[in-house]
Amino acid sequence: MSLFNVFTISGTGMSAQSVRLNTTASNIANADSVSSSVDKTYRARHPVFAAAMQKAAAGQEDSSVGVQVLGVVESNKPLTVEHNPAHPMADKDGYIYKPNVNVIEEMTNMISASRSYQTNVQLAESAKNMLNKTLQLGK
Amino acid sequence: MAINFQQALGIHPQTLAVRAKRAEVISSNIANADTPGYKAKDMDFKAALAQASQKQQSGMSRTHAKHFDIRSELNNGVQYRTPDQPDTGDGNTVDAQVERNLYLENSMQYQASLQFLTGRIKGLKKAITGQ
Repeated sequence: MSLFNVFTISGTGMSAQSVRLNTTASNIANADSVSSSVDKTYRARHPVFAAAMQKAAAGQEDSSVGVQVLGVVESNKPLTVEHNPAHPMADKDGYIYKPNVNVIEEMTNMISASRSYQTNVQLAESAKNMLNKTLQLGK
Repeated sequence: MAINFQQALGIHPQTLAVRAKRAEVISSNIANADTPGYKAKDMDFKAALAQASQKQQSGMSRTHAKHFDIRSELNNGVQYRTPDQPDTGDGNTVDAQVERNLYLENSMQYQASLQFLTGRIKGLKKAITGQ
């Protein structure tokens, strides 16, 4: 029954968007985590989405496509280097390294992810209503 | 006159199947609204319904494990949507607002078909009980 697949599909959408929300939260939380070397500095993380074909039934791969998170990649934008010898984390030359997190970008990302999540929830909700109505057929 | 349930219910059961399938296609689009390179799809309702009713009439039974199950697919009629906006840069052609409205429209049409079916069933019940 294809309506049940809607739950699977919107479920994949919800979990992908929540991964996105998670990385955004992690990026914002670490936006000000300074460190004393380039290697140890936090870098902005972003999930990579890809269409996931549902292999539930042969011949149906074409139409029912969920979404999957292929992985989380770290941004390779340059870090912010600041000369601040008074900082407790400063290296021997007096530099501290700040993450390459763009907080404004992350905020818009967060709103977009949360809207997409809500849309997926509404999909599941209306599929549920459709199924409920079908169960009451003929009454 | 014998009552044939296939005929008594008309085209509505097939319509429901196609509508449910379309709900699935559109929900795939919405789930992939942020997937780079994903192309939005939709169903050619007329073609899909024609195929569904044809399958209904000529449903072949499988008597051997290696026979093809030709009834299980309602796939013909699924086509890529023509985007009405230029590419945003990641190759994704899903317009979330359009898809949401189409999903809503589809679910209303699904419920309309359900109403028609309920009417038919009520008619049958009336005929059976004679009241």
